[in-house]
Amino acid sequence: MTLDNITQNFKDFGNKNLQIAEQSFHSFSKLGFPTPKNEEWKYTDVSSFVNLDFNWDSASTLTKAQIEAIFIKGLEANNLVFVNGKFKQEFSQILSPSSEVFIQSLDEAVNQNIDLINNYFAKEIDYQNNAFSALNVAFASNGLFIHVPKNTYVQLPIVVYFINDSRTEQVFSQPHNIYVAQEGAEVSISEIFVSEGSQPAFSNHITEISLDRNAKVQYNKVQIETGENYHVGTTQVRQLKDSIFTGTTVTLGGKIVRNNLNILLDDQHCEGNMNGLYLLDNESHVDNHTVADHAKPNSVSNELYKGILSGHSTGVFNGKIFVRQDAQKTQAYQSNKNILLSDTASMNTKPQLEIWADDVKCSHGATSGQLDEQALFYLRARGIGEATAKAMLVMAFAKDVVEKIQLEPLRHHLMDLIETKLQQS
Amino acid sequence: MLKIDNLHANIGEKEILKGLNLEVKAGEVHAIMGPNGAGKSTLSSVLAGRSDYDVTAGTVDFRGKNLLDLSPEDRAREGVFMAFQYPIEIPGVSTTNFLKTAVNEVRKYKGQEPLDAISFLNMMKEKMKLVQIDQALLSRSLNEGFSGGEKKRNEVFQMAMLDPKLAILDETDSGLDIDALRIVANGVNSLKSKDNAFIVVTHYQRLLDYIIPDYVHVLFNGRIVKSGTKELALELEEKGYDWIKEEVALG
Ligand SMILES: Nc1ncnc2c1ncn2[C@@H]1O[C@H](COP(=O)(O)OP(=O)(O)OP(=O)(O)O)[C@@H](O)[C@H]1O
Ligand SMILES: [Mg+2]
Repeated sequence: MTLDNITQNFKDFGNKNLQIAEQSFHSFSKLGFPTPKNEEWKYTDVSSFVNLDFNWDSASTLTKAQIEAIFIKGLEANNLVFVNGKFKQEFSQILSPSSEVFIQSLDEAVNQNIDLINNYFAKEIDYQNNAFSALNVAFASNGLFIHVPKNTYVQLPIVVYFINDSRTEQVFSQPHNIYVAQEGAEVSISEIFVSEGSQPAFSNHITEISLDRNAKVQYNKVQIETGENYHVGTTQVRQLKDSIFTGTTVTLGGKIVRNNLNILLDDQHCEGNMNGLYLLDNESHVDNHTVADHAKPNSVSNELYKGILSGHSTGVFNGKIFVRQDAQKTQAYQSNKNILLSDTASMNTKPQLEIWADDVKCSHGATSGQLDEQALFYLRARGIGEATAKAMLVMAFAKDVVEKIQLEPLRHHLMDLIETKLQQS
Repeated sequence: MLKIDNLHANIGEKEILKGLNLEVKAGEVHAIMGPNGAGKSTLSSVLAGRSDYDVTAGTVDFRGKNLLDLSPEDRAREGVFMAFQYPIEIPGVSTTNFLKTAVNEVRKYKGQEPLDAISFLNMMKEKMKLVQIDQALLSRSLNEGFSGGEKKRNEVFQMAMLDPKLAILDETDSGLDIDALRIVANGVNSLKSKDNAFIVVTHYQRLLDYIIPDYVHVLFNGRIVKSGTKELALELEEKGYDWIKEEVALG
């Protein structure tokens, strides 16, 4: 993707209805794609894929039956489907009544509810400095707008499938989602990134989540793409008073993946939980950048990211905790634990705490090491073969994070995928 | 069943077993006593196949096989069981799931079908009774947060589940209260048969009131320096190890 063809594409597909789009495009033109010289991209080199010749408007021949085969078994949910970045009404099924939740594709919402969208769109997105965010915002027209009204509990979970079908060509997709939980609302939203086909596919993804007072949002981001998939995503969360956000990011596939999860705890007594699990093999590279930004007093953030790396894979964890001067009595906890299953895998962890308030409780810890030899011996001494014993220990390690997901069928699905993947590596 | 001949083992540069000989026949119970640091746990670990130790000389024959050639799992599958002196905690792995995997891997090795869920549960129940271990304990993660005594009991429970040919109990009595001691001993006694054998490592003659040994050995400085019958244990209880050390010093 050269600037020339991106500019041409902007003329063709840029979002003319959103004023920010134009600004954002200029910002992108100025920034260009980041290089490892940029501190934020020091360990993640995107040059290998951003220059590929992606199709921005790729068609797909996936059938309803093929799509339904992708759905998580046994999970009764509102299923929303995107293929190559475009919302597919015909494959989607909304079961919850509209009184519980309002779900619309972003372009429809822009056409019909522009004032509402303007309240939320790209409010906290740093398109001035982050080129990928700028690129996404400039083109944003595909995505979901989910709105849960005041004091409403959405009984059925919402599951959004982002499918890249690269069976015939190189695919580029840019979903931009906005999820709003109004005061006292409660909802579970999962984003599942899947792929079909072996050609390169690149998702440049943004999700913005807004929690009003007392709202509760469970958010899962699950990356189970296979093959040559590239992913850069930002999930931007803003919390108001007494709200609880729990985000769990599980990455089981992808060649180069960068996930940003930024939580702004913008009020008192918020609880922000960030959990992550990544299971990497071969040459894959996964970079999780998180931010817990405590702007006001008395809020809590908890963070647990765990990684299992084999082959020549590389992992990055960068966890920022900001405690603003105002944010007295903040509690912020962060932990990153990794198991390296091969000598050639490597992990780079960087906690970054910036604390301006004086009365706070913060802790962070990071470990990277091999599987516990003693535990392995214990299992083997009872007749369990080495490979099985290793898998049992890794599963036990991973389970901790997977169990944070409240959807049982999704948990089972993930544990099965992890088991299969461990047997292969 | 087991014949250890001139066994030498090092950890790093340090020699710990220095020419150890021991023969155990089917149906026998052997007690091994000896001062701290003598090498009792080292012997147990070497037999179980822990890789921290280098065997530098000697042979170990177990039912016609060269035990030292086998991986830890194959030793277990052949019927060697070691109850750890310090069982470790394994978070996230439930005892039940762990034992089911273990039992079925051993069965597979022997060419037997895996146990179905019901047969396995029945077997669990039966063995739980034997060592009076609580179901609640077994649904927790393996040894995680178990008391010292509970861990030891869990070792004996695992032994009962795996029904080994040769069980090596490394200080399984340490940390047990009197009732637990009796329960564990009863467990061992009811598993005892003419086809299996036990090596019981202990510091206390007390255990040997419940598990009557056929032989008592003293392991000192990497070798078995004295063997006798259960009266030897009484003598050690009374006199300590100094006289043995003197005998050794005199050659
Ligand atoms: N990793 C190690 N590095 C160095 N020395 C070791 C190591 N592990 C054990 N040893 C030494 O080997 C010797 C034998 O230890 P072992 O645990 O076999 O003794 P033991 O007879 O079981 O003692 P106890 O009665 O206290 O359980 C001791 O001197 C011990 O310090
Ligand atoms: Mg010992």
